[in-house]
Amino acid sequence: MLEVRTIHKRFAPDKEVLQGVSLTVEPQEILCLLGPSGCGKSTLLRIIAGLERADQGRVLLNGSDITETPAHRRNVGLMFQDYALFPHLNVAENIAYGLRMHGAPASERRRRVEEMLALVNLEGYAHRSVDDLSGGEQQRVALARTLAPNPTLLLLDEPVANLDRLLREELLEALRRILKRLHVTTIFVTHDQEEAFALADRIAVMRAGRLEQVDAPAPLYRRPANTFVAAFLGFRNLLPILEWRDVHAVCTPIGTFELPERDAAHPAVGARLLIPPDAAVLDSAPSSAAHVPLVGRVVAATFRGSVFRLQVAPEGSKEDSVLYFEFRTRGRERLPVQGEPVRLWLDTAQMCVVKEA
Amino acid sequence: MMQAALYALPILFLTIFYLYPLLAILRVSFGASLTEAMEQASAALRAPGFWRVLWFTTWQATVSTLLTVLVGLPLAGVFARFDFPGRGVMAALLTVPFVMPTVVVAPAFLALIGRNGLLNVWLQRLLHLDAPPIQLEQTIWLILLVHVFYNVAIVIRTVGGFWSTLPPTLAEAAAALGASPRRRFWTVTAPLLAPSLVAASLLVFLFCFTSFGVILILGGLRFATLEVEIYRQAVSYFNLPMAAFLSIVQLFFTFTVMALYTRVQARLSRTLRLRRRAFARRPASWRQWAVVGLALAATFIGVLSPLVALAVRSFTLGDGGPTLIYYQALGENLRQSAFFAPPITAVRNSLVYALATLAISLPLGVIASYALVQPRSRWAAILDPLLLLPLGTSAVTLGFGYIVAMGPLRASPWLAPVAHSLIALPFVVRTFLPALRALDQRLREAASTLGADPLRRWWTIDAPLLLRALLISAAFAFAISLGEFGATLLIARPDRPTMPLVIYRALSQPGLMNYGQALAMSTILMVSTALSILLIERFRLPQGEEF
Repeated sequence: MLEVRTIHKRFAPDKEVLQGVSLTVEPQEILCLLGPSGCGKSTLLRIIAGLERADQGRVLLNGSDITETPAHRRNVGLMFQDYALFPHLNVAENIAYGLRMHGAPASERRRRVEEMLALVNLEGYAHRSVDDLSGGEQQRVALARTLAPNPTLLLLDEPVANLDRLLREELLEALRRILKRLHVTTIFVTHDQEEAFALADRIAVMRAGRLEQVDAPAPLYRRPANTFVAAFLGFRNLLPILEWRDVHAVCTPIGTFELPERDAAHPAVGARLLIPPDAAVLDSAPSSAAHVPLVGRVVAATFRGSVFRLQVAPEGSKEDSVLYFEFRTRGRERLPVQGEPVRLWLDTAQMCVVKEA
Repeated sequence: MMQAALYALPILFLTIFYLYPLLAILRVSFGASLTEAMEQASAALRAPGFWRVLWFTTWQATVSTLLTVLVGLPLAGVFARFDFPGRGVMAALLTVPFVMPTVVVAPAFLALIGRNGLLNVWLQRLLHLDAPPIQLEQTIWLILLVHVFYNVAIVIRTVGGFWSTLPPTLAEAAAALGASPRRRFWTVTAPLLAPSLVAASLLVFLFCFTSFGVILILGGLRFATLEVEIYRQAVSYFNLPMAAFLSIVQLFFTFTVMALYTRVQARLSRTLRLRRRAFARRPASWRQWAVVGLALAATFIGVLSPLVALAVRSFTLGDGGPTLIYYQALGENLRQSAFFAPPITAVRNSLVYALATLAISLPLGVIASYALVQPRSRWAAILDPLLLLPLGTSAVTLGFGYIVAMGPLRASPWLAPVAHSLIALPFVVRTFLPALRALDQRLREAASTLGADPLRRWWTIDAPLLLRALLISAAFAFAISLGEFGATLLIARPDRPTMPLVIYRALSQPGLMNYGQALAMSTILMVSTALSILLIERFRLPQGEEF
């Protein structure tokens, strides 16, 4: 469907924002470019849209090279973070704009606008001024405008970043529903991993102009390719590996862990042991042999609704080495308090070794 | 109570020195009774020349406006879209025509492309011609050219300023939706720019409609706008009722245009408030660099060449070698000279008037701004329109109003700085008020909670934060006073001429010596004005692109 080959882009001699990015997007797939701000993800999106020229590399759409094709001849839809709704046109005129540019007759434009308004649940908004819309409504008009000319490929630049949290979740769900219904191939850009998980079929994690890992959400979460990806996904328990006992036993500052065979990564220098926050059991010892005990003291406890979080300083470790864990609140009468000693069982089956980024 | 007394000051000033003279003109024009008024009006309408003058005034203003837009729009685009080395210099250069007095610019264009202008001298020498190849003197073309020179900055600043706040994503969204560059401009950029273009055009039209110095100096006896005709009727023929009638016709036109302008402007500032960011980018291709280079070169040459020509001619004897004789002559009172005192005393007069203007207009402007910034106050409701009206009143009308209204005060040397202050006041307010509005109220609140009494709060918060705006206002007022021509021509005492008056008198006398003295004095005035502009640019607020 879309193929991006070794794209390079420099904005200044010492500022290479894209350093040889290659990527393939399958038909009807929703791919997410995930990365911190300034990693080059928006630039890549703009290059695919034809708004920016790559210094090197090619962009292929359905097999044909569109690297030199100007933006207005690509039929690639792009939705901007600030929506870029035309303030001098009303809702219907905004949606019809692309159809007008493609020479659609008035009757078809009217029909298509109605169809799009129904799709984004804005029936009756046709003659509103775009200035009078709320943020969520503007977002949906922008989506309708982008989808109206039936783009071969849909690009979304931080589609819900400008909205408040509650609205964001609601619109993300609506967005996924619409995209899956229309079977439109989509690339979207975000810096928020939750958005990426909520929307994407596959996630490409970017960092400083390079792709770090491209994977489906579940494998990505289970086995981050390196410490950067792990940290960006929100994992905080990344223990330095002091020594490899054998192929699958690692020594860390808080003890030695016997890992299941599948996790026996090669003894890479600088690799770290990742312990997910939900990989611990509190109170009672589980029957599984994969669980190892950990004794420590509660540094901080925070209540988060259905879960609560503990920061635990393992016994015998230095003050600043703290582990972060998350437990279900349900069925628990009281939460541990600060200073209280705790005993946990860690599930080694959920741990994995990640390479240094 | 104290506050009320302060706020009453600018209102009092405007009532005595603006509304009262205006009413006096009405009285002169319409006489004592209604029948007398009708008779005078119909006589004026039948007077030969009235329709001719009105027609000329209107069409030259229209053509000037169109030409100005034609030149200004591409430059505005370059300014709005591109960030390039020399951008700051270009912005500063564009302030120059805006502030330069007509008595500098008109001689400057003569010095460049007049019959004996620099360009003609060079071309004749280069191509061995007997007659000067450029024959623009006393033609409408020269007038139109100078009008474009004057007003192109208005288009660039108004339209360019607005253009630079349009997010580039709008045009990019259009591109992604299939619009070619040309269609992007016509379906997105142009409709969005339209209100700002209308606002700029109205302002340019207003300035060209009331053009005075340029027409008087460059048009000779052939061309007269309403403004010039008012002056002639009042001073040359002493036909006060006719002058008054013409003033009223002109006021009708200017107030109409002002009213339209205010409405468009209000709509513009509403849309502008939403986004205050500027989006200029580096040129990305050699073609864009070429466009930028061309614009820069055009600005440099267009703005600087007449001014440089003026300075060069003032140091050149005829078409011969360098000389200081014109400058020396400014210090002498020659017997055959048209002046009562050595012309150089005009420099002192001008400076004294300019300082007096500062002393009057700055305090009044600051007080008026504080009154205007109060939300929903009675003072603001009175002051707001009262401050707008002088902007739509031409200088000659004002001067004429003083002649008919001020009675024994007419001979007072104070009248000129008062008139200058009245003209400068709206500019002071327009520069100072936005800065005052932008001052975060919470800073004052923080100072209060930290124990500052109102006076200390003003001195420690307002004063330092508004100092820049105050300096810019001062520089504007100073430059306006230095260059004021129309009103001064009518009210200044002959024994205390200002620099513009000396220049005009010298230009209207025959002889090389007089012409040379005019150029020399013009050059002095140009340098003084340039220093004021330098001050303005030096202290321009950080968000300098807002114009």
